[in-house]
Amino acid sequence: MDNILYTITVFSENRVGLLNQISIIFTRRKLNIESLSVSPSSIKGIHKFTITTYSDQETMEKVVKQIEKRIDVLKAFFYTNKDIVYQEIALYKVPTNKLLEEENLEQIIRKHNARILEITKEYTVLEKSGHSEETESLFNELKQYGITQFVRSGRVAVTKSTIEYVTDYIEEQKSRKDKMQS
Amino acid sequence: MSQKIKGAEALIKALIEEGVTTIFGYPGGAIIPVFDCLYDYREKLNHILVRHEQGATHAAQGYSRISGKTGVVIATSGPGATNLITGISDAMMDSTPLVVITGQISSAFLGTDAFQETDVIGITQPVTKWSYQIRNAEDIPWAVARAFYIASSGRPGPVVLDFAKNAQVGEMKWSYKKCNYIRSYIPVPEIDKAEIVKVAEMINNSSRPMIAAGHGIMLSEAEEELLKLAEKADIPVTNTLLGLSTIPSDHYLYKGMLGMHGNIGANYHTLDCDLFIAIGMRFDDRVTGDAKQYVAQAKVIHIDIDESEFDKNVKTTASIHGDAKMVIKALIPLIEKKSHTEWLDSFKSCDEVETEKVIKPEIYPESEDIHMGEVVNKISEATGHNAVLVTDVGQNQMLSARYFKFNHTKSIITSGGLGTMGFGLPAAIGAKFGAPERTICYFTGDGGIQMTIEELGVILQYGIDIKIIILNNNFLGMVRQWQELFFNQKYSQTPLVNPNFKMIANAYGIKAEDVESREELDGAIERMLNNKGSYLLNIKVEEKGMVFPMIPAGHTINELMLNSTEKYIKQ
Repeated sequence: MDNILYTITVFSENRVGLLNQISIIFTRRKLNIESLSVSPSSIKGIHKFTITTYSDQETMEKVVKQIEKRIDVLKAFFYTNKDIVYQEIALYKVPTNKLLEEENLEQIIRKHNARILEITKEYTVLEKSGHSEETESLFNELKQYGITQFVRSGRVAVTKSTIEYVTDYIEEQKSRKDKMQS
Repeated sequence: MSQKIKGAEALIKALIEEGVTTIFGYPGGAIIPVFDCLYDYREKLNHILVRHEQGATHAAQGYSRISGKTGVVIATSGPGATNLITGISDAMMDSTPLVVITGQISSAFLGTDAFQETDVIGITQPVTKWSYQIRNAEDIPWAVARAFYIASSGRPGPVVLDFAKNAQVGEMKWSYKKCNYIRSYIPVPEIDKAEIVKVAEMINNSSRPMIAAGHGIMLSEAEEELLKLAEKADIPVTNTLLGLSTIPSDHYLYKGMLGMHGNIGANYHTLDCDLFIAIGMRFDDRVTGDAKQYVAQAKVIHIDIDESEFDKNVKTTASIHGDAKMVIKALIPLIEKKSHTEWLDSFKSCDEVETEKVIKPEIYPESEDIHMGEVVNKISEATGHNAVLVTDVGQNQMLSARYFKFNHTKSIITSGGLGTMGFGLPAAIGAKFGAPERTICYFTGDGGIQMTIEELGVILQYGIDIKIIILNNNFLGMVRQWQELFFNQKYSQTPLVNPNFKMIANAYGIKAEDVESREELDGAIERMLNNKGSYLLNIKVEEKGMVFPMIPAGHTINELMLNSTEKYIKQ
């Protein structure tokens, strides 16, 4: 089976050591993590991991179940690109003098919908968000000016589905708690 | 009104709150405050001092497996903690509830490579259900309550609490509340009624069903329900290694053990059945051989409390996520009373071949040398099949699993998943503490016993009674068997030069006998079983004994070997 890029999202309690617990599940199955982003989610106290990896559906099903098995993980899901709206952000540091020599600078910035974050005599920092192909494309165009630094964030994603599984899950758990304690 | 107490005392009080009575452990620098406090509570908590930390984990496993309670281990930081890893991994693989407490250096020094510091959380995360570092005394009740809840609920497993020294000596306001809810953890899921109906229908419509009952039956105490289900629908029952004794060995529906060295009928019928009902088992490769071809012609029902086991190794037709006891209970009313006489009778031809070709030559051998299976069979008979079987790993394990018989559940303690040599002696000791009224028969090899032989000191110190049977062939027998069959008889590093086991036993105050001929065997067994107190038999068995039948690793049941030269061909 050909491997494709999957996006895994994990919702967990905010507790020390969870990243390790999740990443060793990938290590055990020899899955290379392509990108990783961790941040507090919209729900207070709950963290969201977004992980991308090349794999196949069967492996992803197993991996997600293994992740959910960790005690402090609430829910884990996996998606293909068509299931989600996703974005990455890239920063490019370029020598200012080289940029100023370029006649089409405006065109480039316009075409890529890039932003300039900082300009000094020595360097300029540009920012571009988009899919990797899009940030890659700006990278290729800026290469001629000698990019001195480049960084791309891990993917962040939201689902296209109208069902909010995590919110539902938390509601269900609240009623389970009430039942246990009544 | 809550008074202030030290963290070490809070831990001890929390253990008492959780109903702990017995602890297996070993002191050391970073856990001294806990042991200091343990001394004051010695009337309430019985601490068993082992001789090596690995022994403490296996003893706690033996204790837990026989009693159903959570085993508790205490050890120090650094080497104390790293010595526990084998037992923790073993408990993880074999779903055994343990709460393991390790000392840790004061949290102010964490990360400085201080004396006896090791990253216990980092090391244990892959092999525990949960691990947590207690850095403040205030955390103790929460962490301990959670640890016991996690270890014992759902699919049980080991939990590690790494207890920093500052938290042991720090003060806290004592109050305790047991844990029965964690938002992110649903140990016993609600059973899907639609799945129950679907599965019941599959069972009712099957003409050649078989049940594979695993360790989960024991863990959820579903033995009675299993029998009811099997008897009502007239379904043959097979066991995994860890599921042995969940159904009495002499029950008319019991058809033997599955897997590499299991019974021919049990294994062969996985090729013929039209419905395979797996309950509380995980399709381990030692059961399935080539998992891709395993029960491929049949519909497969998988009942398990761990959702991640579904479709992991073998694809299922239907699965029910839930506690085995609750699931079977829900199924029984929907199951039609059936009779599968012809199907059940079809096991007979396999049994006959196995009896003639494998069992008889092993338990009633014609050769002069004593056979391992022969010893197991004699001891099982002499105990009326009422004893607890504890094994080490290797040929001794497979032959005792094959020839020991069971009347009662929770009567086998063996290292299944991890296959830990050296597991047996400490596990047998732990089992005795867990069920003092039962006879513990510990079968081992001359290799396995030497891996944890230091635990004889525990027998000496506490005067406990276990029966130790060394099936001594002066070889690492199972590896030697593979070398004979698959590696051109190159016995690389498997012959052993052994010490005088009788003298070693005697040095620990344990009565012992060497048995070298068949004539001595019955008398020795009788003396061993009649003796009040531990007893060791060092039995010289045939040097190149083999475990058969055997399905070579990764192969299918069609490759089942009856002996070194003959394959099984279905009659």
